[in-house]
Amino acid sequence: MIAAAFEYHRPAHLKGALGVLAEYGDDARVLAGGHSLIPMMKLRMAAVGHLVDLQDIADLKGIRVAGGRVTIGAMTTQHEMIASADLARAAPIIAEAAVQIADPQVRYMGTIGGNVANGDPGNDMPGLMQCLNATFTLVGPDGSREVAARDFYHSAYVTAREDGEILTQISFAAPTGGYAYEKQKRKIGDYATAACAVQLTKAGGKVTSAAVAMTNLADTPVFSDAAGAALVGTSGDAAAVKAAVTAAVAAISPTGDNRGPAEFKRHIAGIIIGRAITRALSRA
Amino acid sequence: MNDLTPTPQERIAKLKGLGTSRKRVEDARFTQGKGNYVDDIKMPGMLHGDFVRSPYAHARVKSINADAARALPGVIAVLTAADLAPLNLHWMPTLAGDRQMVLADGKVLFQGQEVAFVVATDRYVCADAIELVEVDYEELPVVTDPFKALEPGAPVLREDLAGQTSGAHGARRHHNHIFLWETGDEAATNQAIEAAEVVAEEMIYYHRVHPCPLETCGCVASMDKVNGKLTVFGTFQAPHVVRTVASLLSGIEEHNIRVVSPDIGGGFGNKVGVYPGYVCSIVASIVTGKPVKWIEDRMDNLMATAFARDYWMKGRISATKDGKITGLHCHVTADHGAFDACADPTKFPAGFFHICTGSYDIPVAYVGVDGVYTNKAPGGVAYRCSFRVTEAAYFIERMIEVLAIELGMDAAELRAKNFIRKDRFPYTSALGWEYDSGDYHTAWDKALAAVDYAGLRREQAERVAAFKRGETRKLLGIGLTHFTEIVGAGPVKNCDILGMGMFDSCEIRIHPTGSAIARLGTISQGQGHATTFAQILATEIGLPADSITIEEGDTDTAPYGLGTYGSRSTPVAGAATAMAGRKIRAKAQMIAAWLLEVHDGDLEWDIDRFVVKGAPERFKTMKDIAYAAYHNAIPGIEPGLEAVSYYDPPNMTYPFGAYVCVMEIDVDTGTHEVRQFYALDDCGTRINPMIIEGQVHGGLTEALAIAMGQEIAYDEIGNCKNSTLMDFFLPTAVETPHYTTDYTETPSPHHPIGAKGVGESPNVGGVPAFSNAVHDAFRAFGLRQAHMPHDHWRIWKIANQLGLHG
Repeated sequence: MIAAAFEYHRPAHLKGALGVLAEYGDDARVLAGGHSLIPMMKLRMAAVGHLVDLQDIADLKGIRVAGGRVTIGAMTTQHEMIASADLARAAPIIAEAAVQIADPQVRYMGTIGGNVANGDPGNDMPGLMQCLNATFTLVGPDGSREVAARDFYHSAYVTAREDGEILTQISFAAPTGGYAYEKQKRKIGDYATAACAVQLTKAGGKVTSAAVAMTNLADTPVFSDAAGAALVGTSGDAAAVKAAVTAAVAAISPTGDNRGPAEFKRHIAGIIIGRAITRALSRA
Repeated sequence: MNDLTPTPQERIAKLKGLGTSRKRVEDARFTQGKGNYVDDIKMPGMLHGDFVRSPYAHARVKSINADAARALPGVIAVLTAADLAPLNLHWMPTLAGDRQMVLADGKVLFQGQEVAFVVATDRYVCADAIELVEVDYEELPVVTDPFKALEPGAPVLREDLAGQTSGAHGARRHHNHIFLWETGDEAATNQAIEAAEVVAEEMIYYHRVHPCPLETCGCVASMDKVNGKLTVFGTFQAPHVVRTVASLLSGIEEHNIRVVSPDIGGGFGNKVGVYPGYVCSIVASIVTGKPVKWIEDRMDNLMATAFARDYWMKGRISATKDGKITGLHCHVTADHGAFDACADPTKFPAGFFHICTGSYDIPVAYVGVDGVYTNKAPGGVAYRCSFRVTEAAYFIERMIEVLAIELGMDAAELRAKNFIRKDRFPYTSALGWEYDSGDYHTAWDKALAAVDYAGLRREQAERVAAFKRGETRKLLGIGLTHFTEIVGAGPVKNCDILGMGMFDSCEIRIHPTGSAIARLGTISQGQGHATTFAQILATEIGLPADSITIEEGDTDTAPYGLGTYGSRSTPVAGAATAMAGRKIRAKAQMIAAWLLEVHDGDLEWDIDRFVVKGAPERFKTMKDIAYAAYHNAIPGIEPGLEAVSYYDPPNMTYPFGAYVCVMEIDVDTGTHEVRQFYALDDCGTRINPMIIEGQVHGGLTEALAIAMGQEIAYDEIGNCKNSTLMDFFLPTAVETPHYTTDYTETPSPHHPIGAKGVGESPNVGGVPAFSNAVHDAFRAFGLRQAHMPHDHWRIWKIANQLGLHG
């Protein structure tokens, strides 16, 4: 459990970080919180010649809520998001999900940028970002571009990010209405057996918008348009919830692991999705 | 007498002796990070060793090329079996009378097996060098199922045993068979069961788990070539045994070997055995002339050092139709992995499993245990239990529940009906144990009253009705256990390890000013010996516990003893401590008599002093006596005040307890919540109630882990699926429920202070309590038996198979 030797870089500016990536290509990786990458290096499953630590780049930190839009720097930790009063007002679902990630020690180190950029299907923030219809900002040698969270994930650990790019921030429209992040896990520190993010609005007794996304139930996060559609226009009654759950479960493709076989996860997913929707409706 | 004279109560309180919740003297250093563990030891010029391990569960090792590793700067040596063979150290004896490869000799038999030992100037170089060792493997068919291992065409695992039709424990009937160990009267048992009105039959599996101490195993070996002395610091639960074994293996005389167990961060049985890392470190130190440190990482620990349990227990229990048990038959298929490295007293290859008649008066019984080789890690240690006692307790406490279902009877009532009555002790069980003492009905009634058992059953019935009406998706389980342990191995007449009798020892030296040091043959791994043994002594000799230093673990200074495991420290070394204290007191009495100018017989012991009978103002305190012992020339009495006792216990001790677990189960998700856990323990005389409570909390939490999620499982090609703490369940504070502890006190009649041992009771009793709660929740829907661990998936599967998911 000792990593192979590597060069450690700790630039103070984004430009410096991009320079190291440009120089060493795929032999370089950025280090955000390190809670996925470092264990892989210790197991020698990831060989990284140059590690680019982003912690000194002040521009990558911070939470801003302005003009109905939330912007979070990639190096903002889970703990900082949980502690943010602005975020609690603008998007309480973030803290509800973040407190369910690992344990306090991990949350002091783990960042939102690392969580969404790594492409690990077990991470909680990607599904949540798809639920919120967030946008990721990627900065590379040729400038910056924006990619929707719902378009970002291709397969496990494979994303729209190019090798020379760094994910610098996420942003989304501050949500309104009811929300819930529901997660089943075996124990503290575990990834989800099944997890689901729901954000919805109601007006005049009817659901007017609904977004449903799921975690660790496929090799990418799963956003289900159909599940949202099954709720919109209904009162959120039991039949509507059931239809939404059926639609969401149809979109997942879990695989068996130590948490249990696929059929078990499919069933748990249905329960968790149903609970998330029900809780979100109760808050709308 | 005046107001300044302390009262007897004040004098007793000052001693902090038996029965006092004295704070742990160890904690000042542990809570400040000032402990001294093996990995804290740094010696000048120290080298580091680490293993190349097998990725395969069964493979031929065709070649090992270590040239590139040896060429790496900082690498001192790479040892393979070929290097150890000339020393005859490529294999080593196990504690169970088998032998085990130190380094792969021609083949590997489990994933994680030690193949080569890299020695380098630091751990980082070791890790790099390991990557450079090229091993050419040829994969062989893998067997991880002990039943398949015994099939006629099963792959031959132990080629080194070809043609050997008997082993250390008798005949071998198959190439993967280790032994069949039997006890009891099988013919009479079968007869009783066949004639019975009611018979329940079930296969009970106690899955493979791992003790997983927070500190992994390790050592620092240092051969001083100038004075010929070998010093080994290590995580040893039995340092004296390690010294003797090291001497026998190496040929180094025992006085030239010093084994030291420093602070140990938990053992739970994992640190009893002898591991290849110790042998390789010692050899590497002898070869290089430098100290060599070897420390496992977590994956090494979980994959390669001793596991526990893995018992398939096929049971048949019979009874009259009104619930009086008439017989018990048990056949175990015991998966020992690639080598038989169980840590059991040598005459008992299945440990004390035949305590499996439990707390019940069962007239006739039989146990047969087949030991089997598979492509899994070796071990079979007593994980926080006395040898195989957890398996036995789980077996009987599950069989009782199954029998209750068969009888249509309440499981608490069935237990009470069959308990060994108080007036039957000492009681000889059908399988030959002599239970020293017990009062099961009193404990049971107290437990049931404390939890309002009748009320719980009413609530459960209402819950089932509400569930059936569709008003709730949660069920309520009431898990009962009444366990009887057998601890304190043990009488030398039948308990030894490789011929070393399982006595233990204490040596006391009183200092002239009235303080003392006591050294013991045991070694604390967190149990708090420095606190509790001083308390035993304080009560025996009348010096305050705070004035008594307890030392263990250094074979150069401590008296010989068999170490700490199987809840044996208090029953055996604790007895030695009391006996040595009594020798001190006997000499002190003579000294006091001389000082007071009376006859010995005119004195009586009073808390901390000898008093002239009938003249309470005439006394000498132990402090006065200690000074006189050294500095008064007393005719006919040698100067000094010291004593040593080697204690060979006349019998084991038999702690028992009554546990009740109340559990809420979510039928849809398989999740659970322990709503209430009541644990009544009877460990005889209670030395330190606070430490007992801590032991019970810790043991129950390990029991929760085992019952509800912890396992070492393998896939079909022998890959270990739980080699990290992501997949090996170690509960945190979040998963740990609240526990209510309680006690009764039935002293052991043969132990000098009546103490029985408590460290392992909560694990022994806790596992069936949690598991029975899960089973009980589904009893109304027809569940009889579902194997542990009861993780979310497996509980969900129970509900699913019972048709509860609609």
